[in-house]
Amino acid sequence: MARNRVAIVGAGMTRFVRRAQETSKELAWEAASKALESCEMTLDDIDAVVIGSAPEAFDGVHMKSEYLSDGCGGWGKPVIRGYVGGGTGVFSAIQGWYHVASGLFDTVLVVAEEKMSACQPHPQGAFITIFDNITERALGPNLLWIFALEMNAYMTRYGLSKRDIALVSVKNKRNAADHPAALLGDPNITVEDVLNSEVLAWPVQRLDVSPVTDGAVAVVMAAEHVARRVTNKPVWVEGVGWNLDTAYWTNRDLSYPTYVEEAARMAYKMAGITEPRKQIHIAEPYDPFDYKELHHLEGLLLFDKGKAPEATALGITQRDGDLPVCPSGGLLGVGNPIAAAALMKVAELFWQLRGEAGARQVPGQPKRGVAQAWGDLMQVGTVIVLGV
Amino acid sequence: MKEFVYDCVYLSEEDFAQGQVLFETWKPVAHYAWDAGIAISRYLAELKAGRLVGVHCPSCGRILVPPRMFCQDCFVPTDGFVPLQDTGTVVTFSICHIRWDMVRLEHPLIPAVIAIDGASPGMGILHLLGEVDPQAVRVGMRVRAVWKPPEEREGAITDIRYFKPLE
Repeated sequence: MARNRVAIVGAGMTRFVRRAQETSKELAWEAASKALESCEMTLDDIDAVVIGSAPEAFDGVHMKSEYLSDGCGGWGKPVIRGYVGGGTGVFSAIQGWYHVASGLFDTVLVVAEEKMSACQPHPQGAFITIFDNITERALGPNLLWIFALEMNAYMTRYGLSKRDIALVSVKNKRNAADHPAALLGDPNITVEDVLNSEVLAWPVQRLDVSPVTDGAVAVVMAAEHVARRVTNKPVWVEGVGWNLDTAYWTNRDLSYPTYVEEAARMAYKMAGITEPRKQIHIAEPYDPFDYKELHHLEGLLLFDKGKAPEATALGITQRDGDLPVCPSGGLLGVGNPIAAAALMKVAELFWQLRGEAGARQVPGQPKRGVAQAWGDLMQVGTVIVLGV
Repeated sequence: MKEFVYDCVYLSEEDFAQGQVLFETWKPVAHYAWDAGIAISRYLAELKAGRLVGVHCPSCGRILVPPRMFCQDCFVPTDGFVPLQDTGTVVTFSICHIRWDMVRLEHPLIPAVIAIDGASPGMGILHLLGEVDPQAVRVGMRVRAVWKPPEEREGAITDIRYFKPLE
């Protein structure tokens, strides 16, 4: 299939905060305007707009993309909103890619926004509706259950301890201390802090979880002939993949994300990657919980099943390790405004591959990175491979 | 990249305490009445009668629970209900100390995925464990349903109060 080559040429974001005074629309505008500014483009240069945002129930506003569209620069343009739960942020970049790769548009502005704070008393009130309305919701679930059940399945399968997993939280919150947009960066956090934090739904403790966050991120994507005019450092989209597993989640093996593997294989094939462990230099897997980073590294085929914790303990996934993982600080450190959080990972690869990540820059001039997000009822994997 | 981070305005608890923030509130009124569907209606009726049932897929031969009108793997209609036991095995579990709005619970809940005896391997349902010390729960533990008395059952998943360990 003939496809046009697509690059990311600009990125911008808001600071990630617990509760922003800005409306969702204002947050979207702040990120979009920064992304345009970063590549010296204006809205007139943009052919189409892709919006990524998770449940409308967070905002209590129906047809959220229509509401957000002005802040995303969508007025008078072709606009689409994609929504695959937590997988949305990476999926919005995938949608931006196929808008341009198809030849239909030369330039696309991709904006992912989330304002979780509006939903009172807790956004879990909206999240609960993820459980089956007839066979599960009457049991009084909360969102942490699915993570706790999955985490325990993962720990049990491979005989892992809480300490093995807490190392991820420590790494990411420390990395985030160098991110100017971070909500929860902490250069001094220790494993003991994580292990001694409040038990929410064992095995999940307070510091195993990313925080409720408001924020927005935007990237500008362009066809090759435009990209080369706009910047001398285009970051190419080399591969994309996405995959959905069954919603009958209690019938699945929760210790391994098969759908992430399928999405990764699709993206790697497109990118011509045959040995991901050698050919990928940075990974930004989705880390709303610390065990999820490990789970996803295995699904991305970057470590053998059950072996990502050992690699973490050996320091391989540190920013100066053989495979830096979440050098941004991830969702655990930078924050987790759902859709925006995953597009933040795409933006991080953009800055890292251009050598513009400042204090977070991974050494060795990385040439290729993978970002991945996950969501719905533990069932969707979205993957993008970027390279220079 | 620092220059491409927009420094949005962060509201603190103090801002609210001091009445510095203007906001609007709204409480939705949206009640739902869901039809249980072809397969789950039978599941609920059987629960009311004190029984668990699955369905059989004629293509892959698996016995699936919760019941479904079609097998999502084979994409063909299932061809009949199959009685299951009300015993099973804990596949995974959690010990949950908080309610959905993060208020601490006095007594923790123990949600679990329970693979039901008589269904194909790995066919679990979400339910709760009870009559057990949370610290004693293990993956692989054998459990049995504790039913509400017949006159209290209403055709719901909660007609099983919880599962408890088999002696």
